[in-house]
Amino acid sequence: MRKIKSLQDLEAFRNSIAEKRKLNKPCIAICSGAGCSALGCREVIAATIKEIETQKLREKVDIKTTGCPGFCEQGPLVVVYPQNILYTHVKVEDVAEIISKTVINGEVVDRLLYTDPTTGRKFVHESEIPFYKKQKRLLLGNNSNIDPNNIEDYIALGGYSALAEVLLDRSPEQVIEEVKRSGLRGRGGGGFPAGRKWESCHNAPGEPKYVIANCDEGDPGAFMDRALTEGNPHSVLEGLIIAAYAIGSHEGYIYVRNEYPVAVENATIAIKQAEELGFLGKNILGSGFDFTVRINRGGGAFVCGESSALMASLEGKVGEPRAKYIHTVEKGLWDKPSNLNNVETLANVPLIINNGADWFNAIGTEGSKGTKIFSLVGKVNNTGLVEVPMGMTLREVICDIGGGIKDGKRFRGVQTGGPSGGVIPESMLDMPVDFDELTKAGSMMGSGGMIVMDEDTCMVDTAKYFLTFLEEESCGKCVPCREGIKRMRQILDDITEGKGEERDIELLERIAATLKDTALCGLGTTAANPVLSTLRYFRDEYEAHIKEKKCPAGVCKALIQYYIIDENCVGCRLCEKACPVEAITFMGKKKPVVLDQSKCIKCGICKDVCNLEAVGVK
Amino acid sequence: MDEKVAAVIDKYNADKGQLISILQDVQSELYYLPKEALIQVSDTMGIPLSQVYSVATFFKAFSLTPRGKHLINLCLGTACHVRGASKVLEQIERSLKISRGETTADYKFTLETVNCMGCCALGPVVNIDGEYFGQMSAGKVDSILNKYS
Repeated sequence: MRKIKSLQDLEAFRNSIAEKRKLNKPCIAICSGAGCSALGCREVIAATIKEIETQKLREKVDIKTTGCPGFCEQGPLVVVYPQNILYTHVKVEDVAEIISKTVINGEVVDRLLYTDPTTGRKFVHESEIPFYKKQKRLLLGNNSNIDPNNIEDYIALGGYSALAEVLLDRSPEQVIEEVKRSGLRGRGGGGFPAGRKWESCHNAPGEPKYVIANCDEGDPGAFMDRALTEGNPHSVLEGLIIAAYAIGSHEGYIYVRNEYPVAVENATIAIKQAEELGFLGKNILGSGFDFTVRINRGGGAFVCGESSALMASLEGKVGEPRAKYIHTVEKGLWDKPSNLNNVETLANVPLIINNGADWFNAIGTEGSKGTKIFSLVGKVNNTGLVEVPMGMTLREVICDIGGGIKDGKRFRGVQTGGPSGGVIPESMLDMPVDFDELTKAGSMMGSGGMIVMDEDTCMVDTAKYFLTFLEEESCGKCVPCREGIKRMRQILDDITEGKGEERDIELLERIAATLKDTALCGLGTTAANPVLSTLRYFRDEYEAHIKEKKCPAGVCKALIQYYIIDENCVGCRLCEKACPVEAITFMGKKKPVVLDQSKCIKCGICKDVCNLEAVGVK
Repeated sequence: MDEKVAAVIDKYNADKGQLISILQDVQSELYYLPKEALIQVSDTMGIPLSQVYSVATFFKAFSLTPRGKHLINLCLGTACHVRGASKVLEQIERSLKISRGETTADYKFTLETVNCMGCCALGPVVNIDGEYFGQMSAGKVDSILNKYS
């Protein structure tokens, strides 16, 4: 491939791609994101390729595998262009019909359209669906138009024009000023203003300087960085190169967690293609600026999302954080000035350059600008990734976009901010979501996980879950974190096992305060948030466990009993066959089965397999 | 001297900063990190064995014991947890008669857990040899395991 050496070159290349694509050739775009993969999209892709071959359409129809557009619950997702028709829940059996009807004849296959569960209305185009309608998808919107392994797709949509503008027309100081003025704050957790971080690193003495893209998305329940790196890797890369130019760095890293093999693969291909075209390497676009990027894989440690731990791991050492009397922007990787930005933060940068800081800071709230991608998961109808302007209320996100709670159950709370965050109760659903409001509520933005919980979620168990997670992930370097989390977890173990005492709550609060004041890094100082926020909003639930020895949500094993609801049971024997300990006895057809409590291990399989809701929990 | 290990170290020019990547590649060649491989990495690269060992035991991705033919990864992320991942875990443990982190006696299965694999919308999620199974329940476990035995 020929290297692009100037702005004219880039525009000529973009025009040549547009010329090639003028023919409006039909294209079948199939999502190959994580969610659709779990629903069998690989078979659908293989079947589509095969069908195109059999029908001898290879010259006439394009197939594109794309990243995640966010509507995971409805996967596998297929979009047919140029009509822009969205099909949901596509199976291998549907492929032939999609090709013969829609691709060839332009007819819509009705049964594959998305149907709104409340109104029964069918939708042909993505943009009309309620799940998408209230979103503002500046970052995710292109995912269904882009083959992440084809740089031409990104360039056709205006890609790398921000880089060209920055390198050829602006000084590093001007770029920093623009990003500062935009109000962009870090999307990885802390929410630190990105422009100010760049400026500190730019001004820090010492050479060389490093820039790092953080794709060590460790927050359980969040996967937007994965979707961006897998689905639109060039947007992240372009943001990283611009950051490097602004800071004065010639060497960069993309740190991707080990659990995301596809992200590693797509980012590697993106780097290679960008090198071939001259967006990376020596004298980029003829500007005289040099920059190279390397990918590093994480080793599966949550603490490595923390900047100093991540940099230790980049040096090939154990990922332990250090006390940050000196910031990493001054002394980071190899003790040199290092700038670490989250993937989503970087993906915003080209947008800010292209549209201007004023355009960006007109979106959002006073202290939080732009959009934020949330991973809306848990007990909500439309699970997936949603991108909304900062300041939208929780109710709008969960009820309007998310379509409300699954199976008509009652909303209990929503967990945000991952293990450093907290649970927000129903009474605060009208709270606008931004960095500051979430912190005020005792939670935090974190990387944007939003785990919806219903009446069947036990808040004590949730707090215990996060402590168990953090206990495992604590690197063990400082005592408050290593010991404090463990003791708190042990107390919660007791409470969930019916051995809790009234003084336990006070003890939890005391340990929490100590942790907050004394732990070495962010993992420890925020570790108590899940406990404190559930104590603040769901204290009655703790008290029910301690005083009445009951788990109101029916989750904590030691405090619950499964039972057969006789009037619903028809003796179909499904549960009897599934029970691993033969605790269920068949009493004859059309007669309710009998559950022997002395044998029952409370595994819950009987409730899982029952189609008649004849198994209850109390 | 294992040639595969030597080739991996060569690929990274024995760069000490690449220790984690080197161990990852050695593990994908040998399926786990045998003692001999760690010693070889330490000797060739001039990194104290204690440091190689500390890295190999700090990061969850590394295994110092042989793993089974099929690697089962169960996600215990928050989204999977609230939808009942622990019940799925218990059922797999019961069916295979091993606990998390262990390998069956016939080396057919290794059961591991991860704290999130980024398939949160479809939890609980199980990954077997790279293939994802979404919306899992304890009741679905046995039929999926049967495909592999």
